[in-house]
Amino acid sequence: MSAEATTNLPRRVNYLNVDHGVKSWLLTKDHKRIAILYLVSISFFFAIGGLMASLIRLELATPAGDLVQADVYNRLFTAHGVIMIFLFLIPSIPAVLGNFLIPIMIGAKDLAFPKLNLASWYVYNLGAALMMWALLRGGADTGWTFYTPYSSMYANSEVILTALGAFIVGFSSIMTGLNFIVTIHRMRAPGLTWFRLPLFVWAHYATSLIQVLGTPVVAIAILLVAAERLLHIGIFDPAVGGDPVLFQHLFWFYSHPAVYIMILPSMGVMSELVTAFSRKRIFGYRFVAFSSLAIAVLGFLVWGHHLFVSSQSILAGVIFSVLTMLVAVPSAVKVFNWTATLYKGSISWETPMLYAIGYVGLFVIGGLTGTMLATLGFDIHVHDTYFVVAHFHYIMVGGAVMGYLGGLHFWWPKITGRLYPAFWSKISALLIFVGFNLTFFPQFVVGYLGMPRRYHAYPEEFQVLNVLSSAGATVLAVGYILPTIYFIWSMRYGERAGANPWGAYGLEWQIPSPPPTHNFEEKPVVTTEAYDYYTLKEKRVA
Amino acid sequence: MQAESSRAWGLAHHFDNFEQQREASYLGMWVFLVTEIMFFGGLFTAYVVYRSANARAFALGSKELDITLGAFNTAVLIGSSLTMALAVWAAQQGKRKQIALFLVLTILLGGVFLGVKVVEYRAKIDHHLLPGPDFHFPVTEVDEILGVQEGNVEMFFNLYFAMTGLHALHMIIGIGVLLVMVVLALRGSFSRKNHNLVECMGLYWHFVDIVWIFLFPLLYLLGRNI
Amino acid sequence: MTEHITSVRTYLLVFIALMILTAVTVLVAFQDFGAWNDVVALTIAVIKASLVVLFFMHIYHSTRLSKLVVVSGLVWLVILIGLTLSDYLSRGLVGLASS
Ligand code: HEM
Ligand SMILES: [Cu+2]
Repeated sequence: MSAEATTNLPRRVNYLNVDHGVKSWLLTKDHKRIAILYLVSISFFFAIGGLMASLIRLELATPAGDLVQADVYNRLFTAHGVIMIFLFLIPSIPAVLGNFLIPIMIGAKDLAFPKLNLASWYVYNLGAALMMWALLRGGADTGWTFYTPYSSMYANSEVILTALGAFIVGFSSIMTGLNFIVTIHRMRAPGLTWFRLPLFVWAHYATSLIQVLGTPVVAIAILLVAAERLLHIGIFDPAVGGDPVLFQHLFWFYSHPAVYIMILPSMGVMSELVTAFSRKRIFGYRFVAFSSLAIAVLGFLVWGHHLFVSSQSILAGVIFSVLTMLVAVPSAVKVFNWTATLYKGSISWETPMLYAIGYVGLFVIGGLTGTMLATLGFDIHVHDTYFVVAHFHYIMVGGAVMGYLGGLHFWWPKITGRLYPAFWSKISALLIFVGFNLTFFPQFVVGYLGMPRRYHAYPEEFQVLNVLSSAGATVLAVGYILPTIYFIWSMRYGERAGANPWGAYGLEWQIPSPPPTHNFEEKPVVTTEAYDYYTLKEKRVA
Repeated sequence: MQAESSRAWGLAHHFDNFEQQREASYLGMWVFLVTEIMFFGGLFTAYVVYRSANARAFALGSKELDITLGAFNTAVLIGSSLTMALAVWAAQQGKRKQIALFLVLTILLGGVFLGVKVVEYRAKIDHHLLPGPDFHFPVTEVDEILGVQEGNVEMFFNLYFAMTGLHALHMIIGIGVLLVMVVLALRGSFSRKNHNLVECMGLYWHFVDIVWIFLFPLLYLLGRNI
Repeated sequence: MTEHITSVRTYLLVFIALMILTAVTVLVAFQDFGAWNDVVALTIAVIKASLVVLFFMHIYHSTRLSKLVVVSGLVWLVILIGLTLSDYLSRGLVGLASS
């Protein structure tokens, strides 16, 4: 396997220009094109979810409920949560970057089931369309959690349509996960053993396990809520001896692991970024690889920490509290290993690296506050306050979204063959970091002081902190709009990237940018470990 | 790429050979079945939770079911699993006509199962055992003292209809796919080398059978001794 | 792995065993073993399911990976039911919240 960059001939045929027209995109089975389709879809929904967030922050700029009524506010945060989680964050890294990169990283021509891959995009859009339809009809007001008995008996909003949308999108997530699992098991190039895989692939493997094992359970739970509303099959109905808390069990059996569906892929991105920009092999490869699996498995044993105050038994509360502390261990392992990788590395401060460094700080805060919340006694006080809101935003936005953007900046030259402006991208990374902290740090404080979540009005004394938060959200919004602009700009005017603009290690950097449809001219044979920067350097010198 | 024209028919471009293709679809099917386990798993969890809270009510509900029809259907479904297994066996040897024959037998047995299910459902509806406003179940005084309320029995029927309904839905989908496969088999789409579809469909059908193997005792048998 | 072809004889034997077990489980259901009725019924169901998985679904002659997939499906089902029960079976065990 030669590490030499293939020269980039001007009129080379690649996956982008091999075929033209809408049909060639809508019927494509190429994993790279499907990744682009997903990129378009999720960016669209990210924008809509962001719009909802702006309205929420605008309402909360003043203590009185003056911009929207309580009922509208409920619909706003429900739409925000449902869209951001099901339509953006869950598919984000796997369906875009994973889809694009996994076959290339393992030296395959495509995923194991290309048609299933395309189908997953259509299924996703079908579910998303249902949700948008529901939104146009007024939306749901249950929160993204759809808790019974409110969702099943009392809510007068578009619960069924919204929930069914989530149900359908769940299938697309299962399809992606299944495809990845089979691909990683069965399609690896000769010589590419499990412990030579990039950690990005390991992280996606672990993510896929969660998607496959967890999603069906929330699917049935959602289906049962619909059955209760439509058919009187009241599995959670107290009138027939049902227990609404059982819904919470089924819901969180999936939805806690689902938070790892969102964070694990970004951890995979992190491992790639940190090694590439420290020019070093990752510290403790096997620890990082196995910690992904450990997170996937342990993540299934902790869901009860969402039920501490939901009449769950105290014994179960204690069990779940202790088990939750355990998950913090593999997460910490990752952080330590990334930091150790930086140590004595030759670090370069390219844009993706800025995102990576920001990620570490924010993720640590999110994780540590998670451990605080996992402490039974503490959680009773801050449950359902802004403290929780801040906690999960630190992880899902500070972690997962930063990881996604970092990855997008890292692989954009590979995906499009173009470079984006370095200056503006650094500015945007900085704006996002500052804006993010300004938005969400005050929420820790205001939550700790007792401000509950999901209300459109609040006591005057919380205003200063809320105004800070709303101001931060504005900065954050600018930070997100900038990349949208320069990414689109770069597709036409950006400098040509060449095969390996970062001088990074990995199969994807050995093929041209953008890659040809079948990725490799010849099936690669892998003879080296992952992140073998040492050998790469020797070759350069030679 | 260069081997494209000389590639065997039925081998997708991104696989190296039939073996890789077969192993991929086989693994994919198994992973799919795991998602099915978890899908039904939610309902089984609800069953276990509610039965552990009120076993007597569940026993009363259970006694309303027709054990003869249930047992008959169990036998029918096991029979259909046998014919499905034989269809796969025929496919492995490229016996085209026999594949079609065994698939048709499987479909017929599946149809019998669903027919019996309709009869059972109709009887439950006639006896006001369909959950909803019309549900009615007289609870004796003794049972009431033992903690049974009408609602608890209704919960049993909630689960009965949810579980058997979801199971029946899987059978209907299965029969639909099997019908397509009969046509494919007659057209000669399956060969000794390339019969993944038959094999994967076989796995699906056996899985549905296994779900019933658990549903039958849970819904029809437990509590008969009370 | 080359494909293993199970003989028709095996299929028929498994089929007969499944039929016999079905008959047994029905007959046993009417005997009164107290709480053991549940155990017996489920044990028979597990045996039947295992026969189907091992022979009809060819897991007996399959790769380690397939076996692992099957086992992990079951383990996760146990996690789901087990940890949920850890709540329901211990409600009211420790004072305070219960009254
Ligand atoms: C790693 C990625 C993580 C993500 C994406 C995440 C996300 C979330 C989300 C979305 C919620 C709120 C759900 C809601 O009520 O709407 C939440 C709550 C919670 N998280 Fe995390 N979390 C993560 C990690 C952790 C960790 C590592 C711990 C503990 C070690 C933890 C402990 C908790 C607890 C205890 C709650 C419940 C708080 C309450 O509702 O009272 N989380 N998390
Ligand atoms: Cu959680």
